[in-house]
Parts: sequence; structure tokens; C-alpha cells
Amino acid sequence: MRPRKATQRFWRQGEPFVWASGAALALTLSMTAVLLGVVLRNGLGVFWPSPVAEVELADGTRLLGEELQTQINPDTGVESVKFKVGNMEDGPAFRWVEKRVIRKKFYPPGAFVLERLTNMNYYGTFQDLQTPGWESTTEGTPAERLDAALAAVRDQYNQVVQPLADQQAAVAEELKSRLKYQILRAEYDRKHRLAEGAAPDADAVVRLEKHLAELRADEQRLKQKSDRLTAELSEKEANLRRNVAIFRDAQGREKPIALLDIVRYTRPNQMGFGSKAAHYGAKIWELLTADPRESNQDGGLYPAIFGTVLMVFLMAATCFPLGVVAGVYLGEYAKEGPLVRLVRIAVNNLAGIPSIVYGVFGLGFFIYLIGGQFDAWFFPERVEAGEPVFGQGCILWASLTLGLLTIPVVIVSTEEALRAIPRGVREGSYALGATKLQTLWRVLVPMASPGMMTGFILAMARAAGEVAPLMLTGAVKNAPVPLDSTFPFLHPDRQFMHLGYHILDISCKSPNVEATKPMVYVTTLLLLLIVLSLSSVAIYLRSRMRKRYYMRAI
Amino acid sequence: MKTTRTTPTMPSTPEPIQHVMKLPPPHVAGVSRDPSAAEGIRDPIVRSQNLHLYYGATEALKDITLDFPRHDVTALIGPSGCGKSTFLRCLNRMNDLIDGVRTTGVIELDGRDITDKSLDVIELRRRVGMVFQKPTPFPKTIYENVAYGLRIAGVRRKAVLDEIVEKSLRRAALWDEVKDRLHDSALGLSGGQHQRVCIARAIAVDPEIILMDEPCSALDPRSTTRIEDLIGQLRGQYTIIIVTHNMQQAARVSDWTAFLYEGALIEFGPTDRLFTKPQKKETEDYITGRFG
Repeated sequence: MRPRKATQRFWRQGEPFVWASGAALALTLSMTAVLLGVVLRNGLGVFWPSPVAEVELADGTRLLGEELQTQINPDTGVESVKFKVGNMEDGPAFRWVEKRVIRKKFYPPGAFVLERLTNMNYYGTFQDLQTPGWESTTEGTPAERLDAALAAVRDQYNQVVQPLADQQAAVAEELKSRLKYQILRAEYDRKHRLAEGAAPDADAVVRLEKHLAELRADEQRLKQKSDRLTAELSEKEANLRRNVAIFRDAQGREKPIALLDIVRYTRPNQMGFGSKAAHYGAKIWELLTADPRESNQDGGLYPAIFGTVLMVFLMAATCFPLGVVAGVYLGEYAKEGPLVRLVRIAVNNLAGIPSIVYGVFGLGFFIYLIGGQFDAWFFPERVEAGEPVFGQGCILWASLTLGLLTIPVVIVSTEEALRAIPRGVREGSYALGATKLQTLWRVLVPMASPGMMTGFILAMARAAGEVAPLMLTGAVKNAPVPLDSTFPFLHPDRQFMHLGYHILDISCKSPNVEATKPMVYVTTLLLLLIVLSLSSVAIYLRSRMRKRYYMRAI
Repeated sequence: MKTTRTTPTMPSTPEPIQHVMKLPPPHVAGVSRDPSAAEGIRDPIVRSQNLHLYYGATEALKDITLDFPRHDVTALIGPSGCGKSTFLRCLNRMNDLIDGVRTTGVIELDGRDITDKSLDVIELRRRVGMVFQKPTPFPKTIYENVAYGLRIAGVRRKAVLDEIVEKSLRRAALWDEVKDRLHDSALGLSGGQHQRVCIARAIAVDPEIILMDEPCSALDPRSTTRIEDLIGQLRGQYTIIIVTHNMQQAARVSDWTAFLYEGALIEFGPTDRLFTKPQKKETEDYITGRFG
């Protein structure tokens, strides 16, 4: 029977439902697109050199800097422009200027933007070089002269300072990581021997005393060497620092800037597309390979990238096998009953626990309990000295905590994937005389592997983006890459940097939020790209598995 | 219906079903059967005695006593839910995989009780192979599918595996179709080929008995014909027990037929006799299509 009214027909045909679901999809997609758009727009543009404007204001002051944004005050209707003027030692690096007081605006072709090791960017024009360290030519364009001077200072640095710095670092490393702990150990041993009531002249104590004295002498010698090297180093550096380039800012103030401090310079108003692209490439390279500087506001993100990826791999290496084995047990071996159902509910609900709770758990369980116990057995002297090894946050515990956080996803998807395999396949294997284990390993696990991979992808994406648990289990603001030339080369007992934590740190804990804003976008974009590329690899692997284990007509 | 069997077929008998073809007597030397009496099987390979099977409280098989002759094809027929598949699955203890199944009575394989809990089911299943209703090739290459049973039994030598895989595929009448792509995924084959892979896989471990649980019900008529031909070729080397819904098929391929109804064995006898002169009313009703 046909509904009489058009409205009735409308509802009967389910039209509104189609619309509602379509709208919901469109809404979520557009929100995602907006988020991605904002990140891409702001993140990708950070390293592209923008033109440097010089403005003259009504009161006669002049500014030189990058024009960032325009804003209209809703109350007064006054339009203001934000300039990044840099030169932090002379005042704020960002200036809001009312548009109506701008008398003149132009783009001086000779404007330099210097990227410096400290105090961020300098905007100005080149005046002269003062290089007591060597003869510098007075001929050529400013850029040629500056290039030559920068090359010379880098040469000298590499020849004179770098070897000293390397030597000093090696001595410091020897002192800090080897000798210090050996002395701690010896002192600890001596203290406990004496406490046990051994006679002072007992052989062991005498030997210990002798050993300790040797170590102390060694330490003394190294300390002296280190001091000597440090003094020499600072002297050489100060010498080199005397070679300066003199720049003049928009106000006409001259400023000598040590050539050593200049990381690189640009003249955006003169750059063509090619040189801008080259600069962009160089900045991206720096981002991917260099350490951060200026309290994370500038420089690269290599330690954070390394930390994030290493953490995800460690997490995967622990959570994936465990989750798969647990899922296999639940799906194949556990006898269905109230207990198993309860376990299943509990596993599903684990995914809903706030991640900070995992962080607290990781802190209590991994760091204090396991790490603390481990330290008590193997490094008691370091615990006494207040320098625990595993009893503090480190990349190992952070990875395990995240593994715990993501394991439910792997368990559930493994179980589901096993359940989806038709019974006939199992029976086919059993009927050939296969044992349960053989069936599992040779047939079921390969067939379930794409499903397991799905869980793995979800787990990985979640782990890479998680920050809260890391704050409590070992992510820090600044740490070297946990990879070096001392045994065991990769140090899971070190604190580490993480891109997600880096975002939190520079966006919320930085003294100069304005200055770190571009870096926040870049870091966000980088984290998204890393998650994307990690899961792309996993998705590619999954599609290969699917092709291989695709079941038709079964 | 026309079959392509190599053995001569006899003209169809008018009673009780017009289109059922009668089978020739068994052609294996040394094995003869007395067509007049089902009880007179001289050399049974499997003897089921007073077998009862319970799914929880439900009695699915009721007191089945039945001898399966060696090297012959025996068909189990009956309406859906009569227990023929369940009975078949008792013969290689596949019912162990289902919770809540319990049996009483005895099934002897060459005099050894296979319902015994202490029996090594792995060993049993190597002697009693099985082909299922839905073909279930493993997601491996054709070669690895056929070699699966050997590999799990610990055969490692490539020469041995190669030889047995080829022999099994030839016996399963699949060799010519797949010899050039042995190392392609078995999943890429057609449904009929899938089932022949499964048969080759079962043959490869050299069982004494092959159980077939409606092996053609998911296949098209052409593939069905090929599988039936194959059963004809395997007769004499293997004891085959086949469950089928299709009475023409039972008549075409089997030497002996057992009719089960509601969990009980109604009648057992040589196929031609059971189809032409059924001794029980239920059998006659069923094969003439009055119910079922």
C-alpha cells in the first residue's frame, strides 16, 4: 500500500537517514580537513623566506622586519599590523603597529636577516667587517664579503676550536660516565665492607682503598685536564669571537655581531624562487638532522624525531608479540566461560582508561617498582648518590607504558581476526593430522595476520601521538639522542625527547610563545608526517598480506 | 544424466527411480561382496557397533551398527539433519572439536577402538582423511597445500615432497591444470579445482580411508562430474565413505549405501539393491521422493 502523503513517503523511504549520515560524514571530514589545512598552511610556510619591510612611523621611528598579520580591534576599529623585528637584545622581537601611523613602507633590497645562535634573528643592513684574525678583503658586494668571512671563521673554528671541543667532550664523558660511577661503586663497597665489621687492615679493604685512591688520582688528573681544555677552549673561542660583522638596524644603530654566532643569513628581498627554495631545503635538512637550540625555539628536531620513532619501535616490539599471544590464547585456547567473558570485557575497557592514568601506573610500576628493584640489585651506589639508572623515567619505561596502553587494541583485533576464519579451514588442517599448534602457526596466524596488522596500525598511531603518559615516564624538554659510541650504543635507560612532548613544551611552557609559534606548527606537521609514514608502511604490509591470504568463496 | 566413468554403466532400472543408474559390481580383485546380504561383508575396515552420540541431552545418533567394506565406496544418504555428517565425523574424531559431544558404543578401525580417549587422534586422522563440503584450501601455494600434511608429519626432503605432490595431484586429476603454477596461491583456482586440491591434500598423506562430506554440493555440474570420476578412479586403492544429499550421485559413485533417518540406520546394502529393491518402507519413501 502506498503512503498517501508525500511526507509519509519521505519518511518511509529513509531519506532523512541518508541525509543525516551524509551530513555527519561531511562534518567530520570537514573538521579533519580544516585541522590539516591549518597545520599544513602554517607548518609548510615557516621556512619560506618572507620579504623584509622597512616602515617609517609618524613619530619618525623606523622598523625593519617581516610583516606577519593584520588585525582590526573590534572596539576601536583600528587596524594594526604585527611585525617580527627580531633584534631581541634591543627590545621585543614582535611589534604591533597601528596602520594609520605608518607613513612609509618599502622593501629595502639590502636588508639582511641573520639567523643567530643566540637571541634569534637580526634584521639590518651590512656595514663592515672587523676581522683581527685575518686579512679580509674590502672589495666585493656585502654578501660576497660576508660569505668569505663566514667561510674563514668556520675554517678557523674547525681547525682550532673543534678539535679542542672534541677532546674536552671526550674527557668530560670519561669523567662523567666512567670514572664517576667507578668511584661511587668503590666508595659504596668500602662503606659496606667497613659496616660489616671488617678489620681496617683486612686485605679486601686495603685493596679497595688502594683502588679508590687510584681512581681518585685518575679523576684529579682528568679534572685538571678538563679544566685546562675548557680554559683553552674559551680563550680560543673568545679570540674567534672578536671577528665580527657590523650591521646597522633600521634606527641607524650599529651593532657588531660575532661571525661565529651567525648560523646563516638571507636577503629575502633579493632572493629569487630558486634561492628561496634552496634556503627552504637547507632549513628542512637542519630540522631533520640538527639538535635544537635557543631553548627549543630554533634549530632542528633530530633528537625528538629519533626519540619518537625509537619509542614507537620499542613499543611495537613489546606490545605486538604480547598482544598477539594474548589474543591467540583468548581466541583459541581459553575455554569460553564467565571468567573469559570478564577478561574480554576488562580488555575492552582498558582502552577507555585516561592515558595519564597509564602514565601514573608506569611511574609507579615500571619506574619505582621494577626499575627501583633493578637498581637496588645492580646499581645500589648510584641510588645512594641520587642518580638512579632504571629507577627514573627513560625511553624503555615510556615505551613499555605505551605498550600497555595499546595492547588492548592488538588483543581485540587478533581475537576478531581469528574468529573470522571459517571453521572449515581449521577442520581441514585437523583432518590432515595437524595438531592445534601446527594449525595455529601454519594456517590460522598467517590468515589472521592482516587483521592483526590493523590492530597494530591503530596501536602505533595512538602511541605515536600520545603525550600524557610520557611526561611521567621519561620524555624531557632537552636530551641528546640515546645513541652514542659507548657500549651498548643504544641506551634505553636514557631520557628522551618526543615530538608530542616538544609541542607541549614549546607551546605552553616557552617564555616567548610568539616566537615558538612557527615551531609548534612545524613540529605538529612533522609528527603527523611520521605517524602517516609509519602507518603507511604498516598498511602496505597489510595489503600485501591480504593479497597473499585472500580467501575467495570460503 | 551421463557420467564419463571409464567403467561401463548399466542401463537404468525402471523401479523405483527412473533416472538412477546402476553401478557395476566392484572391480577390485580379491574383494567380492555378496549382493544378497548386507551383513555378509567379509573384510570390513571399519566396524561401528551400537554407536550412540549425544549433543548435550539430544541423541543425534541412535544405536548405529554398520560395517564398511574395505576398498569400496560407501554412500551415506538421508534427509537433512539425519546425522549422516555427524556419523562421518565420528570416524576421524572430528566431533572432538565440538563442545558437548559424547559418544557411547564402539567404532573399530582394523580391530582397534577409535572412540578410546587414549587414542592418538593425530595418527587416526592421518589414516582417515577427510574432504569437506566447502573446499577449504589453505592460503598457501598449490604445492604447499598438497605438501601440508607431509610437512606437519615432519617430511622435509624436497625430492620426497616433490614426488608425492606430483603423484597426489595426478591422482586428483589436477596435475595437468596446475603443473605450471604449482607455486601460485591455491586461492586463485576455481571452486572445482579447490575441491580437487583438497582431495589431493587428503591423498598426499596416504590415508586408508577418505571421508567425503558432500564434496560436490558447492560445485557446478561440470566440477561435480570431475569429482565423481575421481571417486571412481580412487576406488580400489582407498576406502571411500561419502555423505551425499544427491541420490543420483550416491547411485552413480557408490558400491554400498546406508540410509539414515532421524539418527538411526534404517537400511544398509549394495547400492543397486538398495535403490531397486529397498527393504524398508522409509527407504522406499525417501528414494522415491515421497519425503526428505
